[in-house]
Amino acid sequence: MARALINVPRKARRGEIIEIKTLLSHPMETGYRRDNMGNLISRDIISRFVCVYNGTEVFQADLFPAVAANPFLSFFTVATESGTFEFRWTDDHGNTQTAQANIEVA
Amino acid sequence: MDIIPHPTATRRIFLTGVGSLVGAFGVAPTLVLRPATATPSAMAAAIREVVGEAALHQGRVKLDIPPLVENGNTVSVTVSIDSPMSELDHVKSIHIFNEKNPQPNVTIFHLNPRAGRARISTRIRLADSQKVVAIARLSDETFWYDSADVMVTLAACLEDLR
Repeated sequence: MARALINVPRKARRGEIIEIKTLLSHPMETGYRRDNMGNLISRDIISRFVCVYNGTEVFQADLFPAVAANPFLSFFTVATESGTFEFRWTDDHGNTQTAQANIEVA
Repeated sequence: MDIIPHPTATRRIFLTGVGSLVGAFGVAPTLVLRPATATPSAMAAAIREVVGEAALHQGRVKLDIPPLVENGNTVSVTVSIDSPMSELDHVKSIHIFNEKNPQPNVTIFHLNPRAGRARISTRIRLADSQKVVAIARLSDETFWYDSADVMVTLAACLEDLR
């Protein structure tokens, strides 16, 4: 299982615009590279990222092989209520990895 | 006395004149031959697929990417759009394209008013020195773009495998 790094502020004021940073350790193998024997290395790409805030999707991204290894994303959202952020990364084969972070909104 | 220096002087003047002419012509064609604004058709087609028949305006979008990159394997990119991100006026999606990677698409970000601010950062790969384009689709179905030329010294996709 790959490792995910999440950066969400622990506390925020209601209505505050907060920055969320995510990084998943993943090779993002393009499918265009060859190994030492000249064989193509098969494609392994995280193609979809979703951020769910208390059950509502607040941000989605479609990623292509041009995204660097260990895909890093930074985006913003409005802190509306205390709760949980859930992050989902889905690869070409439909395998999903998830991570969570809590936020306290005053 | 005054006749002797003349031939050498004119010869010298002539030679420097020729030299500067050669220099000027030696430089000029390389500048002209460089395809500065040629957009490869793959990227144009990918952009057309997103934008359709709508007009593409320059402005509102700001694409932040270093002009000179040492390593094309990780290039920091930030796209920010001048938008209030309200129900009535917000950014629906941000598309990043490139010219010379094997595929023209880089990423598509889907936003809604919950974002509060239309600014996304990520890291991308660039296979060669090329133009990168960011397009924003707004809630009123207008399209805005910004582009940047990036010089890459070590290209992605060519690194040795360990």
